[in-house]
Parts: sequence; structure tokens; C-alpha cells
Amino acid sequence: MNNIKKAFENKALIGFLMAGDPDLNTTKEVIISMAKAGCDMVELGVPFSDPIAESSVVQSANLRALKSETYLKSIFDMIKEVRNTTQISIILHTYINPVFNYGYEEFFMKCSEVNVCGIVVPDLPYEEKSEIKEYADKYNVDIISFVVPENIDRVKMIAKEATGFIYFVPSIGSTSSMEGHFKEITNIIEVLKENTNIPIALGFGINTTQQAEFFSEIADGIIVGNAIVKIVEKYGKNSPSQVFDYVKTMKSAIKIK
Amino acid sequence: MTKTRFGKFGGQYVPEVLMPEIKRIEEAYEFYKNDKKFNEELNSLLANYAGRPSLLYFAKNMTEDLNGAKIYLKREDLNHTGSHKINNVLGQALLAKYMGKKRVIAETGAGQHGVATATAAALLGLECEIYMGLEDTIRQSLNVYRMELLGAKVHAVTFGTQTLKDAVNEAMKEWSKRSDDTMYLLGSVMGPYPYPTIVRDFQSVISKEAREQILHIEGKLPNIVMACVGGGSNAMGMFYNFINDKDVRLIGCEAAGLGVDTDKHAATMTKGSIGIFHGMKSIFCQNKHGQIAPVYSISAGLDYPGIGPEHAYLKETGRAEYVPVTDEEAVEAFEYLSKVEGIIPAIESSHAVAYAKKIAPTMKKDEIIIVCLSGRGDKDVAAIAKYRGRIINE
Repeated sequence: MNNIKKAFENKALIGFLMAGDPDLNTTKEVIISMAKAGCDMVELGVPFSDPIAESSVVQSANLRALKSETYLKSIFDMIKEVRNTTQISIILHTYINPVFNYGYEEFFMKCSEVNVCGIVVPDLPYEEKSEIKEYADKYNVDIISFVVPENIDRVKMIAKEATGFIYFVPSIGSTSSMEGHFKEITNIIEVLKENTNIPIALGFGINTTQQAEFFSEIADGIIVGNAIVKIVEKYGKNSPSQVFDYVKTMKSAIKIK
Repeated sequence: MTKTRFGKFGGQYVPEVLMPEIKRIEEAYEFYKNDKKFNEELNSLLANYAGRPSLLYFAKNMTEDLNGAKIYLKREDLNHTGSHKINNVLGQALLAKYMGKKRVIAETGAGQHGVATATAAALLGLECEIYMGLEDTIRQSLNVYRMELLGAKVHAVTFGTQTLKDAVNEAMKEWSKRSDDTMYLLGSVMGPYPYPTIVRDFQSVISKEAREQILHIEGKLPNIVMACVGGGSNAMGMFYNFINDKDVRLIGCEAAGLGVDTDKHAATMTKGSIGIFHGMKSIFCQNKHGQIAPVYSISAGLDYPGIGPEHAYLKETGRAEYVPVTDEEAVEAFEYLSKVEGIIPAIESSHAVAYAKKIAPTMKKDEIIIVCLSGRGDKDVAAIAKYRGRIINE
């Protein structure tokens, strides 16, 4: 079974973490803590100078990681070390330019070497997927597709060709009354399910156990980003144990189901 | 070459959340660019509001002084709001209005595009918010006040390098949060398709006029057409209708700052490499890890680490040439044109004037150069005085 399928065997908790914030050694320890706490998948951010699609919390994490000179090569080395301890499913969240400069073939070869099973590219929409598809296919790495609710025809079009899992972002920047979007979210999930068999994960600022419980009921997985990045920002090198506690609580909220 | 690309350059590398809106703009533009009413209204605005056609001025003193090719200046500085930016902004703001938008947002570097956007918004009754790097709001405080005077809200961007690229980032971010009633008025021939095409089309009026004007005055085409390039909108406008005139050399003058061998420049074509950023595959100043490099130029309008994809294509195919011009050369040209012709050029445009100064004396007297004088220099006077060691209260 590939690593993405494994992560979604039960309702999945996916945790976002910025590689190299504040340094790669801490990142390694945080990943290991997350795995121990029951996290099903780590979405590991590759820092970029101009992260246009991120919240300000994650934007700042990008800059902190660049300050510690975190680049793809050292990130792959770190993941290789992580693999001595855990085989947790890891996907990379990266803007296309660092990958373009690293070299597509080499990038995906490296992914497959250290068992990175997917890649999330915020600035590579459906229309530009051919940029990396042949290499991703060759090395058996899934390109994770974003879906936003706005246009149902696009939702269907994307779902039909999607691989790995669907990264569903219900409504940008509306973290205040998420539950209010319940109907819109269930409608889109229904459309998605009609057009694909792969799992659907929800990511839009979920951070409390109540939200985790609520949304894991309607989706196959939930993505927690800002909350973990904030803990790392606050505790720095001492964050692994803090993240462990947080992830464990969130996971238990999902486990009830 | 697909519709969204110029050779391998261009494309639509943007977050999925923006794609539905980009498709809408694509469709709206495809429709309205051939719509009679839209074009009549736009042409009327260009003539009666912006002041087009702009003059093609024979710079007699400069020509005699340099003792070489005849130099003509395409006077975009005489447009309403003082630069070529108004050409594009009127087109896009009108498109926004036809699309039923109530609000426009834009990035700005020097403030020229911001001022032009705020102007068009005031005229057409649209709400307007401008994103500008904090550093640029300080360098161009007069333009900030101008935008506010015109009813726009100016946001100082404090993330990253606090210059033009960060202003673009922030504007794109805001756009992805709110596009139902909001149009992003991109200021240059960059970003995701269809923007490079839309902006080029709206700016191509520059070369459409200049080509007719020079044929009328001289009875022949120029030998060289040149313009400054940051993102590249005035250059693309100046080049476009000459692209098929194979004997006309097209020269873009980019900002070399303190010199291309220092790390203080914005010379994308000279020092950059291919990458993917701000929605497009093009050429960028970046490090080997694909991190976009901080760039520098005395000119806020050229202080951008990339260039429009059609320029990248023109360079790759050898159709256009791109040369670096330093701060010092640009400032000298700024002072030179002021003294010799009584025209104070924008510091951006001064980069093109500087290269014209260099190349004209090497040419024959019956040869012709057209320089795009993309903007006027009033906004730069205090900064140039400071460069020369004099502090002036604006």
C-alpha cells in the first residue's frame, strides 16, 4: 500500500510544518513527535522567499526558515534521517520555483528515495500540471490537487484527474465561523465523491478539537497548519514536546469517530 | 506556442483559488477587445482624458549635441498623470466596469501605476486600494499623498523586501481573498495570462502612434526603438508594432543599480535566469535555490526582480536586445535631458535616455532613434537632489 493510502486508512490528521523553522534539526524532532502522537501525514513546507498563497503565520515561518538557510538539498537529507525512526507519510508543500531550479527529474527521484509520496504546489494549478507530471508519474509521486468551491465545473474537472488525495480549501480567510460553511462543504464533498475515489482532506485553519471532531466527520481527513506553526514559532527548539501534546489532543478528537 | 504563452514563457502559475477569476477575465477580455462600444469608450477616454495621441518630439538640441543619429522622444510623460501607465489603467478599469466590478486593487513601485489606477478609479467611480512596499512609500511619499488625494487607500507592505515584488505578493493575496467585486489592475506586462497580453495590447498604442508619426515626419522607419524595462510595460508598448519591422532594432534598458558586478542591481536580463514566479515562467533575479533575490535600483519603477514573459521570448529569439544602465548613468541622463531639452524625465525613462546618449554618437546622421520617454520626472526631483547630496523638503 502506498503511503498516502496508508495515511487515510482511518480518518486522517495531516499536520503542516515549515521545514527549517527555526532549524532542520528541530524540524526532524517535531516530525518524529508528530508521528508518535498519532499524526497520519506530515505536510512539510519548503521555504520560499515569496509565499503568496499562505497565511501571515506561515509566511513568517517561510522567512524564519530561509534565515536558517534551509533549501531542498538539506531538507531531503533531514527526511532521510527521519526515515531511520519513522515511515510516517510525508508530502512536500513547495512553490514551483525552488523545484524548477533544483531540477524536476532530480527532485522527484529524491522524493522517491526518501519516500516522499506527494507534492503540494500552491502555484501550479490544473492548467500547468504538465510542468511536472511526467516526472511525478515516473517516480510515483502524487501531485496533490487543490479544490476551491467557487466553480463546480472546475471542481469536477480537477477531481476527475486528481491523484493521492484532494486538498479541499472551502473558503479562504473565513476562519471565524467555519461551521457556517457546513452546507457548502458537504455539497462540494458530494460532488467530489461523485467524480473521484481518492480521499478528501479539508484545510482551512482548523485548529481546535471541536473543529477536528466536527470536520473529520464529513471529510476523510483534516489538515492542521497555522496552529502547529504557531507552536513552533513560540517554543522554537523546545517545540517537539509541545507539538506532541497538541497533535495527540487533536488526534484523539478525531479518533472518537 | 499556446494562447497563454510566448514560446516557452508565460503561462498561468497561480493558486487554484485565483483560476476561476482569471478565466473570467480571460473571457471578458476576449469579448470586449472586439466590442465596438468598449473600444469607442476607451478611445474617447484616451483622447479626451489621457491626452492621446502623445507627441513624437524631435530632440534637436540633444541630436546636435551628440552629433550622431536623430533622436525622437515619444512623450508619454505628457499623458494625464504623467506616464504611460494611464494607457493600460484606463483599459483595465473600463474592463472592470464592464465586468460589473465595484472595486479595483493594484500594486505600485514608483507610484506611477498606483496614481494612474487611483485616477481611473476616481473617474469611473470605483473603489480603489493600492499596495506599495513600505520602502517605496518613503521614497515616493508625494505619490502616496497623490493617491490618497484621489480617494484611494494606500497599504504599506512590510513583508519581505518591502518593494515592488512584495507589493505584487500582497495585492495577489488580497485578490485571492476577494475577487467577486474586485478587479486586480496589474501594472505591467507580467503575471499570469491574460495580463501580459492585456497590458501589452493596451500599451501598444504607444508604438501604433509612434510608427505612424515617424513615417509621417521622416518618411521611413527608425533604426532603433528603445525604452526602459522593469516589468516591461512601456517597452512592450513601444516595441510591439515594430516587431514585424525586422530592420528596426529593439533595445530594452534595464536597471544596473550600482553595477551588474555588485549585488545591488535589478538587471534581470543580464544577470537573471529562467524561473517561475508571480504567475509566469520568465527570467528572474534569483539564487541557485530558486529564491527570488532582493534587487536594487535608484528607480522604484524598475526595482523588480523579473520581467514580462514576452520580453523573455523576444530576448530568446534574438528579436530584442537588453542592456544594463547604472544609477549614475541614469542620473546623468536625468540631468542632461533637463538641461539640454528642458524636459525632466522620470528616473525610469532616464535609463533609456542614458543608453541613447551612449549609442547615438556611434550612428550615422541620417539614422533615427526613438526613445520612449515613459514618464515625467517631477516625482524624482527630491530623490535625485539627495543623490547629489542636497536635501530638499518635498
